[in-house]
Amino acid sequence: MKDEIILACKDLTKRFGAICALDNMELQLKKGRIVGLLGPNGSGKTTLIKLINGLLYPDEGHIWIDGVEPGVFTKSIVSYLPDKMYFADWMKVKDLLEFFEDFYLDFDKNRAMEMIRALSIDPELKMKSLSKGTKEKVQLVLVMSRKAKLYLLDEPIAGVDPAARDFILHTVLTNYDPGSTVLISTHLISDVERILDEVVFIKQGKNILHDSVDRIRETTNKSVDVLFREMFSMIPKVQDGFVRPGDLRSAPEQEGSRPHLENETQNTYREEENQ
Amino acid sequence: MEWKLVEGRPIWIQLYEQLVYAIVSGRYPCGSRFPSVRELASQAQVNPNTMQRALSQLDAAGLTYTQRTDGRTVTENQTVIEIARRTLAKEEIFRYLNGMKNLGYEKAQAVAMLEEELAHEG
Repeated sequence: MKDEIILACKDLTKRFGAICALDNMELQLKKGRIVGLLGPNGSGKTTLIKLINGLLYPDEGHIWIDGVEPGVFTKSIVSYLPDKMYFADWMKVKDLLEFFEDFYLDFDKNRAMEMIRALSIDPELKMKSLSKGTKEKVQLVLVMSRKAKLYLLDEPIAGVDPAARDFILHTVLTNYDPGSTVLISTHLISDVERILDEVVFIKQGKNILHDSVDRIRETTNKSVDVLFREMFSMIPKVQDGFVRPGDLRSAPEQEGSRPHLENETQNTYREEENQ
Repeated sequence: MEWKLVEGRPIWIQLYEQLVYAIVSGRYPCGSRFPSVRELASQAQVNPNTMQRALSQLDAAGLTYTQRTDGRTVTENQTVIEIARRTLAKEEIFRYLNGMKNLGYEKAQAVAMLEEELAHEG
């Protein structure tokens, strides 16, 4: 069961006007893995997650989650932590628990309540009275209290303090189920590296590297964090997620100057698995 | 147990080394039950699959063994543990000698100074 594919993307392309956010993306994730989705701002991380989640529709290509294309069914097996808060802030914490219980068959309300208590959050409080960090914790508790097959966590550790970050990593680890896969997008790699099985580097909407953390450390003698900085420090133009139309497409000379990067590293992970 | 992980080396190897140390130093005595993968992973804040790999290596080294129903146990074989302990002791000795060499002392001087220090401790 462990080697079954939970997520497959084939030739996945998504454009926003002239900007190609995902460019023939290929990706396969197996069950039972914690995977880091790493890339600089504007590389397509959130777009990919929204496509998997059915919030966006691909222009080309396909996605299968446990063999099924995104739709009503896949929402029942995918648990999604968006990069923004999406709850009505007049709701109380306990209302949200009930809301989730109504919505998702796989939601374990007792487990959620236990975590809320462990965090010393008063379930009677309204969301709007909570601090930003506490709101994020509540949201993560809700998402991780589902027994989903695929968890999509979009930037779960951005903008929280170190204690909250530890809580988040701890929550991911303790709720880890050998049959489910967790995909965490982040650019704060050093913080999450030790909890990951594998990493996927994406650059300009393409999967440029997919390998296990330990194999990267073994073959490069570098941490994933250091490798990431090296690989991405070479990219000019795309800065702070502010991409002008045409930037990504109009740079053939950049890609041509470093063809080895894509050719050598792409899909090394899959090739080895197939042996 | 304190876990220290450094950059640039595979995580599972570092976990393995620290687990060996914990066994030979008597933290997990001969024949005692070993904590579960999940417990250790959560303690070290690492991926359970990575911890599993470190534990499999302990099994392979003969320091622990698994019974189908009963989890993982530290070996009762004192010899195996002693060999692992000696290996670590050797590393410590080399580290000392190397450090002294880098400070410009000959081997004989390093040994003499060590003895002198021990005599002081008395």
